[in-house]
Amino acid sequence: MTEDKQYTTLNLGPTHPATHGIFQNVLTLDGEQIIDAEQTIGYIHRAFEKIAEHRPYYQITPLTDRLNYCSSPINNLGWFMTVEKLLGVKTSKRVDYMRIILMELARITDHLICNSVIGVDSGALTGFIYVFQEREKVYEIYEEVSGARLTTNMGRIGGFERDLSLKAVKKIREFLDHLPKVLHEFEKLLMRNRIFMDRTIGVGPITGERALNYGFTGPNLRAAGVDYDVRVMTPYSSYDDFEFIIPVGTQGDTYDRFCVRQQEVWESVKLVRNALENLPEGNFHEDVPQFYLPPKEAVYSKMEALIWHFKIVMGEIDVPVGEVYHSVEGGNGELGFYLVSDGGRTPFRLHFRRPGFIYYQAYPEMIRGGVLSDAILTMSSMNVIAGELDA
Amino acid sequence: MENSFIIDKLNKAFGEDILQTDTSSDILSFTVACPVIHEVITFLKNDENMDFNFLTDLCGIHYPDRGLPLGVIYHLHNLRENKRLRVKTFVTTGSPKVPTMTDLFSSANWMERETFDFYGIQFEGHPNMKRILNVEYMDFFPMRKEYPLEDPTREDKDDRYFGR
Repeated sequence: MTEDKQYTTLNLGPTHPATHGIFQNVLTLDGEQIIDAEQTIGYIHRAFEKIAEHRPYYQITPLTDRLNYCSSPINNLGWFMTVEKLLGVKTSKRVDYMRIILMELARITDHLICNSVIGVDSGALTGFIYVFQEREKVYEIYEEVSGARLTTNMGRIGGFERDLSLKAVKKIREFLDHLPKVLHEFEKLLMRNRIFMDRTIGVGPITGERALNYGFTGPNLRAAGVDYDVRVMTPYSSYDDFEFIIPVGTQGDTYDRFCVRQQEVWESVKLVRNALENLPEGNFHEDVPQFYLPPKEAVYSKMEALIWHFKIVMGEIDVPVGEVYHSVEGGNGELGFYLVSDGGRTPFRLHFRRPGFIYYQAYPEMIRGGVLSDAILTMSSMNVIAGELDA
Repeated sequence: MENSFIIDKLNKAFGEDILQTDTSSDILSFTVACPVIHEVITFLKNDENMDFNFLTDLCGIHYPDRGLPLGVIYHLHNLRENKRLRVKTFVTTGSPKVPTMTDLFSSANWMERETFDFYGIQFEGHPNMKRILNVEYMDFFPMRKEYPLEDPTREDKDDRYFGR
């Protein structure tokens, strides 16, 4: 800072309508131009990793809900896959395909929210209302599958708590039939809109090289031109059975991030439809009595089921000693679970690799030299979610 | 890329300082002596045959019963060949000092701050070594095993009834 120049310090957040979550940015401004920024996070830190060290495995799922709460099923199912990897449980194709359906629905909602919020922050509220109606429908599907809407706590170790009901399948089909129409409308509003393009092209850019150095993953990395997607690189849950395109951008700016997400929604629609059409017959869960709660009728009538029920609920089941790292493609990128087990009823150590936490560090570098209104757009296009930042 | 290739290369370059090699878990893991950890990561990143240029994850761990209780665990990824690698290094509680990786990976900045915040591991050379998620005036490191989850003076709960 030179002596003859006076800079303004502006607190953007912790509670601000444009930050969509509780985190603070202390901006140093020269007029409207951003000289520097410093983020403060941790406002909703809930000590998940410490709590996880004191809970049996199946009770950790509700914690994962609250990481990226815009796409909780991905977090839930990613966690179960981590535990299954530790236990050496191989899930059947039906379970895998059901998981793909739910994870891709979650990805659709995640991207829809992010993209419509970019619209809101650039002054176009209409598109947001259009797609929020669709998000509501996905939440109704979650409700049908798991009973909950936002923090879903969906699935069990080894599969699902119940099969996809006819009503759920019907709802998914209706959603798939209706979504393309809404998406087209939404894209017509924004994609080639002169005002929207002027506001987003060249705003908050990052090169592929810098993005990799900053640990970017997911749509934000792909917008910068790096085609890294966990679903393709290390396929889990039978993703390798399906053909889908990984959209890649070139500039790494807000517009590219918007377009990549938008294209991914189309791919997810295809994936859900494919998985639903090819959904194999079979059981909706694996036979893992040590971890999968037996049905209530069996608990009341069969001794063995009662024993397992008791052991699971009291957390008396031991797990193999070992360590695993499992990652899934979350809404924002590589969501990793690093799990160390010492054989006890709880994890010895569980670390969540939260993509948002890692790439949000690049924010000052991306907005430096730009103007304040662009900084807001950059933030919403990065899809920074407070729950994921703070764990 | 074969495991044996990486093991050979690392052993040739660092010899005795590669304390342990573990091929039993899902990812090839090395335990490295703390003084050379920066050189090892630099080698893994910059050597043209290695090319582990993506730091996936960095986190701390605490084994209270071991001689070197505090650890830092790095997950590296070679995106070109899709090979993952886990590197660990351990330090004492008395002087928990590990060199920073921020000069190699910008992403290490916050992950190291988080590790410091929860385990009290000091990263030497880090540009901004302060707490990140917890308040700055906190005077303990909450993820170390000796800190209980709940207030230990509570009397209204009997742990025996909760399977603990």
